[in-house]
Amino acid sequence: MTLFGHELRQGRIALTVWTLCIGFFVLVCVMMYPEFEGQMEEVGAMFASMGGFTAAFGMDRLNIGTLIGFYAIECGSIIGLGGAMYAALTGVGALAREEGGRTAEFLLTHPIARPRVVAAKLAAVAVQVLALDLACFLFGVLSVVMIGHEVPWQDLALLHGAYLLLHLELAALCFGLSAFVRRGGPGVGLGLAVALYFLNLIANAAPAADWLNYVTPFAYTDGADLLTEGALDPALVWPGMLYGAAAIALAFVKYSRKDIR
Amino acid sequence: MQAIQTQGMTKYYGRARGIEDLDLCVEQGEFFGFIGPNGAGKSTTIRTLLGLISPTSGDARVLGLDIRTRRRDILARVGYLPAECAYYPGQRVRDVLRLSAGLRGVDCRAAARTLCERLQLDPAAKVEELSFGNRKKVGIVCALQHDPALLILDEPTGGLDPLMQREFFRILDERCAAGSTVFLSSHILSEVRRHCTRAAVIRDGRIIACDKVEALADTGARRVLVRGEFDPHGLAGVRGVETTDDGLRFLYSGPMQALMQALGAAPLRDVQITEPDLEDVFLHYYAERGEQA
Repeated sequence: MTLFGHELRQGRIALTVWTLCIGFFVLVCVMMYPEFEGQMEEVGAMFASMGGFTAAFGMDRLNIGTLIGFYAIECGSIIGLGGAMYAALTGVGALAREEGGRTAEFLLTHPIARPRVVAAKLAAVAVQVLALDLACFLFGVLSVVMIGHEVPWQDLALLHGAYLLLHLELAALCFGLSAFVRRGGPGVGLGLAVALYFLNLIANAAPAADWLNYVTPFAYTDGADLLTEGALDPALVWPGMLYGAAAIALAFVKYSRKDIR
Repeated sequence: MQAIQTQGMTKYYGRARGIEDLDLCVEQGEFFGFIGPNGAGKSTTIRTLLGLISPTSGDARVLGLDIRTRRRDILARVGYLPAECAYYPGQRVRDVLRLSAGLRGVDCRAAARTLCERLQLDPAAKVEELSFGNRKKVGIVCALQHDPALLILDEPTGGLDPLMQREFFRILDERCAAGSTVFLSSHILSEVRRHCTRAAVIRDGRIIACDKVEALADTGARRVLVRGEFDPHGLAGVRGVETTDDGLRFLYSGPMQALMQALGAAPLRDVQITEPDLEDVFLHYYAERGEQA
């Protein structure tokens, strides 16, 4: 528990900053909806006529004229990508920053088994990602209440549930990476998050690249799919969870035997 | 039971040599010196004993426990002071000490308070704002506060002023007298000579000498300081010749009669022949092995 608490304390500033930034942009974005509401038919028609770009963002199947459609497209990108970047940074730094900051010598000369170190850090990463996603959900609810609309609880919970899974998967992938890298972890983590985001755009825009949906976790957070189906697609979620679990298992195996220089 | 025992301990980093076939034995309750220059393998030895890196081959036991299988039990009874102390950002001294105690699952607030007072360390100070020496003091308290059976200290006095060094060694002497073992890795030979009962010299990853400090110093060599004109090059057993303002100094390990004859024939104003200090001994072992190599 000591290490778990220490990890949470070390990460509290980053968590606060990222939460406030993402929450602020969600609030601003939803606040803009009433202004567009009257012109949504024209805006929707414009967005629906942009070819591959329209498909890439799922706007060919989603009505941006509705609040939840607007939320899924506009706020979805902010929460999805912003949260993914935070999850990646948190995950990739968990183990790697001990060696990068030369604190591994301090930590690992205390009587704690390496697997317990990995477990405590993993738990702290998971709690921080959960906290960010819970706060984002609350910001989403608050923003809808503030513009005087009825909260679409079910759709909102579905969207945010998908974002949570995305962030947990990405955090797990980066956590696995953090057992292997000593320096340059943040660059690797952010690069992975952004690359997976663009892979999803490519998968949506080009039917030939459909297989990429089984690679990128952004695929199962697609607002159009979620709101039309009313549920997550298990065929996309399960491979992602398996990748995450494999990365965590690799982190345990690697870090338990790693030479700390 | 030995505090530290290694047999053929070897560590390679890929193809690079760390330590090779290292046999070391430190008795419980000893104040043991581990001498060698940078890159000789001192830190690799320590890091292997602490389980930070795994040995490529060989066996090692710390406090009778196998370093491969009993790492956690070993670390519970060891206090370690690294050469460079790094801490987490945003912490105060008391946070570091509390974290260290918490990771050990012990309450050592009283011991920490006493050590901070003796070392004049402010527990409320921010670690990032501390000088190198004061950060070292934080490491010293972390290493000592849980009253370990074995203290492993890697270049411990770097950054400490002479008064603090004296207090630090006083604490170590007290701990040693109370039964703890002190393993002092250093290239400051005067420290080793003053405090250690036995010492080992490491070079290129191998132990080249291990004995009582007095015995290590007793190499048969003499430190010779001459004032005046003297050419030592025709004299066998001369090494480490250095020119001084008005003469020269060298180590001599040949027959005393030959030295006296050579000195007697030279126009000298003054001669001093003394026991070599540990620094000379160190150079002696290095030169000897270097010649063998």
